[in-house]
Amino acid sequence: MNPFSSGTRLRDMIRAIRACKTAAEERAVIRKECASIRAAISDNDQTFRHRNLAKLMFIHMLGYPTHFGQMECLKLIAAPGFAEKRIGYLGLMLLLDERQEVLMLVTNSLKQDLNQNNQHIVGLALCALGNICSADMARDLAPEVEKLLQFRDPNIRKKAALCSIRIIKKVPDLADNFVDPVVSLLKEKHHGVLLTGIQLCTDLCKVNEEALEYFRKKCTEGLVRSLKDVVNSPYVPEYDISGIADPFLHIRLLRVLRILGHGDADASDCMSDILAQVATKTESHKNAGNAILYECVGTIMSVEDNGGLRVLAINILGRFLSNRDNNIRYVALNMLMKAIAVDAQAVQRHRATILECVKDLDASIRKRALELVYLLVNESNVKPLMKELVDYLEVSDQGFKGDLTAKICSIVEKFSPDKIWYIDQMLKVLSEAGNFVKASVWHALVVVITNASNLQGYSVRSLYRAIQISRDQETLIRVAVWCIGEYGDMLVNNIEMLDIEEPITVTESDAVDVVEIAIKNHSLNLTTRAMCLIALLKLSSRFPSCSQRIKEIIAQYKGSLLLELQQRSVEFNSIIGKHKNIRSALVERMPVLDEATYNGRRARSASAAVSTSLEFASNLSNGVIARTDVAPLVDLLDMGADEPVPPCSSGGNFLLDLIDVDMPSSSSQSDVLLDLLSAWSPPPQKGSPTTDIILLNQDDKPSVNALDILSSSMVPSGEAKPTGPYMMDLLDVFGPNPATPEESGPTFPPIVAYESSALTIIFNFSKRPENPQMTDIEAMFTNKSSDVYTDFVFQAAVPKVNA
Amino acid sequence: MGIRFVLMVNKQGQTRLAQYYEYLTLEERRALEGEIVRKCLARNEQQCSFVEHRTYKIVYRRYASLFFLVGVDNEEVSRAHTFTIMCPNELAILEFIHLLVETMDRHFGNVCELDIMFHLEKAHFMLEEMVMNGCIVETSKANILAPIQLMDKAS
Repeated sequence: MNPFSSGTRLRDMIRAIRACKTAAEERAVIRKECASIRAAISDNDQTFRHRNLAKLMFIHMLGYPTHFGQMECLKLIAAPGFAEKRIGYLGLMLLLDERQEVLMLVTNSLKQDLNQNNQHIVGLALCALGNICSADMARDLAPEVEKLLQFRDPNIRKKAALCSIRIIKKVPDLADNFVDPVVSLLKEKHHGVLLTGIQLCTDLCKVNEEALEYFRKKCTEGLVRSLKDVVNSPYVPEYDISGIADPFLHIRLLRVLRILGHGDADASDCMSDILAQVATKTESHKNAGNAILYECVGTIMSVEDNGGLRVLAINILGRFLSNRDNNIRYVALNMLMKAIAVDAQAVQRHRATILECVKDLDASIRKRALELVYLLVNESNVKPLMKELVDYLEVSDQGFKGDLTAKICSIVEKFSPDKIWYIDQMLKVLSEAGNFVKASVWHALVVVITNASNLQGYSVRSLYRAIQISRDQETLIRVAVWCIGEYGDMLVNNIEMLDIEEPITVTESDAVDVVEIAIKNHSLNLTTRAMCLIALLKLSSRFPSCSQRIKEIIAQYKGSLLLELQQRSVEFNSIIGKHKNIRSALVERMPVLDEATYNGRRARSASAAVSTSLEFASNLSNGVIARTDVAPLVDLLDMGADEPVPPCSSGGNFLLDLIDVDMPSSSSQSDVLLDLLSAWSPPPQKGSPTTDIILLNQDDKPSVNALDILSSSMVPSGEAKPTGPYMMDLLDVFGPNPATPEESGPTFPPIVAYESSALTIIFNFSKRPENPQMTDIEAMFTNKSSDVYTDFVFQAAVPKVNA
Repeated sequence: MGIRFVLMVNKQGQTRLAQYYEYLTLEERRALEGEIVRKCLARNEQQCSFVEHRTYKIVYRRYASLFFLVGVDNEEVSRAHTFTIMCPNELAILEFIHLLVETMDRHFGNVCELDIMFHLEKAHFMLEEMVMNGCIVETSKANILAPIQLMDKAS
């Protein structure tokens, strides 16, 4: 005996593992055992091979690596005794997988065992093959398996049938060989053989259209008869489950009939009587009976239309839905989702019950019910359904709010009958679960508000009211702050009051209070606080009486450690202090954002895979503008030249638009790349570049980069730390003469793409006169070092633009 | 029926038997078991026996201190017929779990966690007779247990 082999029995090892108090102890025990098993393996110890493999299986189950035992399985399989083979095959199925080369080695042993005379050994080999067979093995061993479908012992035939499924799934070309044997399997009486034969038939139908047609013609009647036999069979103790003979066979039969009947009127007709019998006669007090009914409903829904049967099926589902057992209700919801496609009207009748399920205590049921409700909504029922859902949002638990909010927003956007309803619902959602609302959803809300010129006053007042109540929903705060900035005057003066509104008295300083509270709330996101600064800038011009106070608030952020806030504060301070003449023009209302363009963009960005540049951009401080990082600067510059300026434009406004370009300005190297990206993107959608840029930039980010590039100073922003004086210089350049950028519009100045002590890359841009949409970029590489560059590779990343 | 794994877990969440009918690496298996156990064991008696997780639908049932969990394909769409959606029959799987437990009961006599731990290979043999490649092979307890009894007699 091997001196290293610990010789512990399997039982003792399991005891030792059970006695472990900590994971570390367990690891230690396992390590020791594995070491001794390895030693035994390398000594080729035979006495304990069997036991060692059993130990390894236990260790494997606990989730430790056991690959070193794989060869032991092969040795045991090759042994002549049944007991060795048995444990060897089990080990093979557990420890190995079809990807491993070891499988090649086992093919031969399998072949031998499949040809054995001992049925138990054949059974073992079939089972192993059925579980681990690879495509290569399938080709090699298919003839053996085919032969075994006619083996004398039914227990072998049933295993051979399932093994064939694996083979045809791995190598669909082999399907033809199995069609005829299946026909005879389907005539058998042995439940196991019938069960597996039907399964094989089902899978053949799935992989091969011809096989399906063949079975449909030849076997439909026979299968219907089998179902009749099993339904009407007298009590068979061996297969009886709560008074029903072999529910598993029932279900398999119903399932294969589903495939045969689908899309074929004759076959469907042939099975309608028995389906009706199953649907009406099956005992529904026990789970087994309900399982059959559930399957039967599925089959009725899938086969060709038979009005009477469908009514029967929907009624069964209705009964299920009002069942007190959650399992039954769950499957009912599941099936109703499929039934909608067949008979939406019938499902609508159960709407009230389904809605109750959305509020169930059980998360699985809630999820199913919510998905079903989502499918049930249409123009006529959206209002009452929405009221229920929104009311429930208030009390639903946190884990569910995300799903619920997403669905509600999606329904509201899809079915809102009018704008005021849309705005009302969105405000409710924002106040209840603003933190779960996705950026694209509230962006859309803002777009809608800017478009609804008669509802802007109403919106801003409602938002003001909402924010007084729920102060911790960040998205609500963002929308409210943005609207107060834009439409603050409407809030204070009750402009455009609707009849349904109650008048409120809000003073100018109340409005500023809201923004001030938000900006001072340190738990809020940087983007939100930056939006507050913009709103304050806008209010400083709308509310002259508060101008001084606003100036003071803004000035507090001059020293902010958050660069973004600091920069905005410095810039705005200079606008308020030094540029009174252009201020009012600068802070005019945002032009109307184009809904169609926004929705188009949104749809595209939702469908397109998130390109890397977007992902990376959204990591920057400002998540909100994720999609706009690529807003092409080229566009912006072009705008001055080829496009009509937006309606309310003036020199100052134009500058504001420019300032609005969002270039993430946090100082990081990656900005250089972003600059390039934005400079390179070909202008998408020539039609409306102006709105393109603006509409996505609700949180304006005046950025040093934009100004940099315009003033041709071309400093990569990494170096351009926004220090006060420097910024003011830049602003001063533009202050007196806001028209300057327009002149630089048509031709884009060269850009320093990369600069280091060893290499400079400069891009020169030129437009082709015949085709202004095309921009030629000439890259100039300058080697500033004394070395010679060889194998120089230049890689550029450009954002995907789905035009 | 598209069974993708069968797990037996005690109420502390320790795996006592794991059989997969598709290949997962060790890490994937550990992660999956951890996630599922956390999800299912947190549920109470009144909640339904079905939990959706990743691409699986897990049907589980508790017997005393032992949880039996079966993972099935969440949505099995047949390739030839895009309209025939072969959704799993959760109730049937539940019935199958019960059959498995009854079969083990018949062999071990009121099966408990320790029976499965100390006779892991036998539990696997039984499962092997019941499920192959994710499909149910046999539903008669006598047929399932016959080879195992034969083996016991021989040894």
